This record gives sequence, C-alpha cells and structure tokens, in this order.
Amino acid sequence: MLATPVNAATVYPAPDRSTAGHVLEFPVSQPLALDAGVPLSPFSIAYQTYGALNADKSNAVLICHALTGDQFVASSNPVTGRPGWWTTMVGPGRPIDTNRFFVICSNVVGGCMGSTGPASTNPATGKPYGLELPVITIRDMVRAQAMLVDHLGIDKLFCVAGGSMGGMQVLQWAAMYPERVFSALPLATGARHSSQNIAFHEVGRQAIMADPDWCAGRYLENGSRPMKGLSVARMAAHITYMSDEALHRKFGRKLQDRAAPTFSFDAEFQIESYLRHQGTSFVERFDANSYLYVTRAMDYFDLAADYGGLLAQAFMKSNTRFCVVSFTSDWLFPTSDSRAIVHALNASGASVSFVEIETDKGHDAFLLDVPELFSTTRGFIDAAAKVRGI
Amino acid sequence: MSEYPATRNQGNGETLLTRVDLLVIAGMIAPNTRVLDVGCGDGSLLKHLAETKNVDARGIELSQKGVNDCVEKGLSVIQGDADMDLFDYPDKSFDYVVLSQTLQATRKPKAVLEQMLRIGKYSIVSFPNFGHWKLRFQLMFTGRMPMTGILSNPWYDTANIHFCTIRDFVELSDIVQARIDKAIALKGNGSPLGFTAPWRVWNFFGEQAVFLLSDRKAGDI
Repeated sequence: MLATPVNAATVYPAPDRSTAGHVLEFPVSQPLALDAGVPLSPFSIAYQTYGALNADKSNAVLICHALTGDQFVASSNPVTGRPGWWTTMVGPGRPIDTNRFFVICSNVVGGCMGSTGPASTNPATGKPYGLELPVITIRDMVRAQAMLVDHLGIDKLFCVAGGSMGGMQVLQWAAMYPERVFSALPLATGARHSSQNIAFHEVGRQAIMADPDWCAGRYLENGSRPMKGLSVARMAAHITYMSDEALHRKFGRKLQDRAAPTFSFDAEFQIESYLRHQGTSFVERFDANSYLYVTRAMDYFDLAADYGGLLAQAFMKSNTRFCVVSFTSDWLFPTSDSRAIVHALNASGASVSFVEIETDKGHDAFLLDVPELFSTTRGFIDAAAKVRGI
Repeated sequence: MSEYPATRNQGNGETLLTRVDLLVIAGMIAPNTRVLDVGCGDGSLLKHLAETKNVDARGIELSQKGVNDCVEKGLSVIQGDADMDLFDYPDKSFDYVVLSQTLQATRKPKAVLEQMLRIGKYSIVSFPNFGHWKLRFQLMFTGRMPMTGILSNPWYDTANIHFCTIRDFVELSDIVQARIDKAIALKGNGSPLGFTAPWRVWNFFGEQAVFLLSDRKAGDI
C-alpha cells in the first residue's frame, strides 16, 4: 500500500502544448531514423532555451537530462510547479551562465514531457503508441537533438553537458558528432550500462508490468494507470541514487511519527515513509510506459560496442575538450566507470580533465549542492570559453 | 613532495615560475611538444610550458584541489597518482613525461620510472638528494632523521617514503635500462654544479638533481 492514494484523473496529464514549452514538429518528410531499424515519423521535440544566441552562434550549450528529467532545466516545471531541476548549475551567474551562454534543453524522444513518446498518438492508429513505439536508444535521442540543433541554425555547440543518462548522451554526442562539440561535460556516468544497473531497471519494469492497471501497456485507453507499479519502480531506483552513508545520516533507524514500533507493516521507519513519498510524487509527473522506454535506452547503451569493442576508437582524433566528473559515494556509476572513459580518452589522445569529488550524496550528487562540482565546472567552462573566444 | 612554492605572484594576476628545479625542467623541454606532468600540483609548470613553449600540456594530480586549480587554468589534468594511473597510457604517447619532486613519494619508484620510459620519448625526473652533505652531517652528528628547507617535515609526517641519493638514482637508471641524456645537480642556492664533476661530488654537494632520461631499449630517437 502506498502512503497516499492518488486519483487517476488528477495524475500525469498526457503531454500537451500548455505544459511542454516550445515544441518542434518534424513532418513526415523529416523522419528520425531509429536504431530499431524503422523511422519515427512524424515526431516532435519539446525544448526550452535560456539566454541569447550570439551573432556567430558560438555560445550554445546543450544540456542533456537524466532518466526522469525534462526540458525545464532552469525554469519552473509547469506540471509540478517546482523549480527547474538544475538551477544550481544553470542560470544567471551560475557555472553554466545564461547571461553568457545560450542554453538548450530538450525532452528526450521516448519521454513524456512533450517530445514523442509512448503516450503520444500513433498516427497509424489514432491511439496512444503504448508499446507500439519502437524501442528508443541513446543514439536515437542524440540524433533527434542534433536535428533540433540544426533547426536552431547552430553548427557547433560550445558545450554538451549532462549527468547519468544525460552523461551518456554527452558521450554519444562527442563520439557521433566530434566536429560539432567544442567541449563535453559528462558527469556521474559510464560508457556502458552495467549488468547491475540493467538488473535494477528490470526490477522497475517488472513492477510496472505486474501492475494489473498497466493493461499490457494500453492503460491510457482503459482510463487506468499503473500507479503502484510505477511507484515501486521509482522506490527501487531511488535507493540506487543515494549512498548508504547519506541514508544513514538522514534517516538512520528513526521511526516515522511514533515513539515505538507498532509491529505492523505500516511505514514504521522514516526511510519507508520517504521512499513511499518519492514513489507517489513520481507517478504524478511521469508516464509508466515512458519509464519502460527510457530505462531500456540506458540498458542498450554500450558505446565501445559501436566501435569494435574499443572505447578509445569512439574518440579517435577528437578535438573536443572533455571534463569527466565522478563522485566517491556513487555506486550506480562508480568512479571506475568514469576512469574507463578517461583512460579511453587518454588513449585516443583527447584533451581530458577528470575529478573524483568526495561526497556522501551518492549518484544524485550531480544534481545537488556540491560546491566542488560547481568550482570544477566553472573552471572548465571559463577556460574553454576563453579558448573559444566567448 | 616538495614543500617549496612553485610560483611567485606578480601582483598583476600573472605568476612567475620560481621553483628552481621547475625552471631547469622547463629548460629541457623543446617547444611544440606533448608533455605529461605526473604530480603536477597546481599546474604551474604546465601553464608555464603551455604559454611559453606552446606545448600540449597534460597532467596527473592526486589532490582534488590541485586538479581544480589546473582545470581553472584551462589545463587537461586528471585526478590520479603515479603508482596507479601510468599503466593506461599508450607507448610513446608523449614527448616528455615529467616527475618533479614526486619520485620519493611513490610506492614503487622503479615501476613508475619504467612506465615513464615506456610512455614518453624522454622522461624528466627531479628529486631531493638524500646524499647531500647537510643531510649526511645531520644524521651523523645528531643521530636523527635529517630535516632541511626542501625537506621540512618530520619523518612521521611526510609523504616522502622512498628517498634516494643521486648515485642511487644513477644506479636505478641503469637497472631500468634508461640512458641519461642530461643531468643537472643544483646546490642549495639553486645554482648548478659543474658539469664535469664526478657523480660523487654531485652526490655530496647537490641538494637536488634533475635527470633527462630516455629508454635505452627503444634505441636512438
């Protein structure tokens, strides 16, 4: 049982114009060629921009969001009403300074904030895609972003930045379009999704699919929502975003609103109550099928596999300036994953900096107030901007 | 690690390389080359080389603060250490691999030197000479571990765990089949000792030494 029952009618509005910000529609004549071997067409990309593009279009920064992020990186989210998800990093006077840079952030293809995803209408049937949407990969997401960047008339991005799944997109950008990426900032990420990470994602997907309200993916037509399944998926995933130390520091074994154990299966412990809250608030803003698609995209990510098994080949002759950051307590994308990227970049002769930041905030550290992350980013961005002449 | 500051602030935002061994090292490096500074600290040497010799400057540094200082200077520096992170670089991927005042702080100096010779066409190593007369006299007359201006921390509170003398280093160079292309011993006042002096004179009067080495196995470069 979840702590708070949620009314199906009030949760997760299907993507519409009022909440998506800018929406760019690609007509049938401009399909997105998917890795799955089929074109996606027509399709839409929802995006936000901040700051102004300079005259020679050299100051554009693309921010790639993580698994359940969205395009509202630095402005309040119209669905939740909460501030942008990375306002500590992106904004006026922030390390990625919107007074200096033209910041672009788009919802990934397969997402649920206005870009084409499983909740979008399948033009062939007039009904929501559901699982009829072809499986989306990180490469597909990046291809779609490149089409958006083309549309904005930008040839070369000053920087592509992102953490976790966003970091995977950063690496994919640098590998696929090296001449279009001046600098790259992959945070708390890896060049491939580990077996353990795939395992956690599978637990989440099975939780969704085990929910009778999932209706084999056709819940939108049935007027139901697999809220319990999605909530459990989020709870399991959320554990992987935090470190044992931070959980212990925040919650320990403290009891929730009671002085002594009641010997029941209520949310006795604060950590249980916290996780249930994470689960229920998540279902209010996220589509369950979208969760299946974006987790799957991460699972398929293995950049080296696309380059003969040698990651260094992905970055051969790259002129991009890289800054790789990991966090000591991140066990989802441990420092060894970042080091593998750094070793490959070194082997390919690319320009790379690497910092492992000491923190107990776990994988989520890249989204949180970690001063060392900001000082590293500021230093890297400022130095790169000087070289770029911005 | 050296406890000397590497630079002097000029008051105009510019810094000047002041550590004498770094100046000697900079003098050994040809323009327009690729340099890896292992244990690069705040990046003073790399920045100096990038600005004055147009080198492609890369570094490895253990401390997070050092890496941040380097990144802010626009340098490409990775957090890591000499003992662990040299193995991943390809053969001869740099023109010079520099190890300044760090050899004595590594766990396996021989392995580190071998890796440097493998990665770089040339290796440059600077280290404090434990055979310097002041240290010998201190040990002889006080019976205590010596401390000097360049080695100012007590034995229980220093990162330096593998001291050697100039003669010890010459022997190690031979063991790892390095060719000594150039060697400079510096007196306490920073001035170099005469080039023609024999090793044992250097070993007695040199407070620190800088060696330019290459891999004998690799043949002539």
